[in-house]
Amino acid sequence: MAPNGTNSPDPDDDADVSLTGETILQQGDTASLKAFEAAFFEALKKRGYDEGQIFAIRLAVEEAIANGFRHGNEGDPGKTVKIVHAIAESELAISVEDEGTGFDPEAVPDPTEDANLEIPSGRGLMLMRAYMTEVNVIPPGNRIEMRFQRDA
Amino acid sequence: MNPESAGLRVSDQNGITRVEFIEQNILDEANIQQIGEALGEVVDAQDNPRLLISFRDVAHLSSAALGALITVSNRVKSKNGELHLADIDPKILEIFKITRLDRLFEIHDTTAEGLSAFS
Repeated sequence: MAPNGTNSPDPDDDADVSLTGETILQQGDTASLKAFEAAFFEALKKRGYDEGQIFAIRLAVEEAIANGFRHGNEGDPGKTVKIVHAIAESELAISVEDEGTGFDPEAVPDPTEDANLEIPSGRGLMLMRAYMTEVNVIPPGNRIEMRFQRDA
Repeated sequence: MNPESAGLRVSDQNGITRVEFIEQNILDEANIQQIGEALGEVVDAQDNPRLLISFRDVAHLSSAALGALITVSNRVKSKNGELHLADIDPKILEIFKITRLDRLFEIHDTTAEGLSAFS
């Protein structure tokens, strides 16, 4: 409630996802995932992020969530992925945490080496790193913190 | 796996199997698995599979989708077939370049160029 007793009149706040927030997604709940993403990308758009920036962020966020479900939670339908985000005009911070035991990013083989090109997995983390300004895998490796700086 | 229910349009053009995506986004894990299965069946049904996958209208794809394509490519190679990709949006092509998969796949600007690239 605003001090004058009315609901917030801020036109930026009418998206379902506010500028900061926490979202818990259940494994396999595609509808909730889609709803979160739609509102999240809409919020970025409202903050003036352009199509190319949203493409980059979308790719990284999709990869982080998919990795959390597939590798972290190992497809366990009883487990969740937690997303915490903060959208500012100049930058976006987002973390994705799964309920797995984590992984060592150093142990992921470089998928761009000739010998590894035909291996179907192991590209998610490198794509996050390519498209975001900063990506940190927080030990033991079940949380990924990412930052996208708009003027970078 | 029926190609249509996996979100694929599959047609034959002079002995070349043309594959197109119906959806703009190839992101959903379950859907990617279906795509992989459907393409696997297409490859398995042919002695020397000749596949052209067109990415016209595809706006987003994930590393899991790349993984499915790599699996298809490996399968085509093991059957001495040919796989060509075509019509990839510049933003999506960038993903192939970052992952250096532009060296694994034969990528063509247009579907017409892809069709004429088969030996």
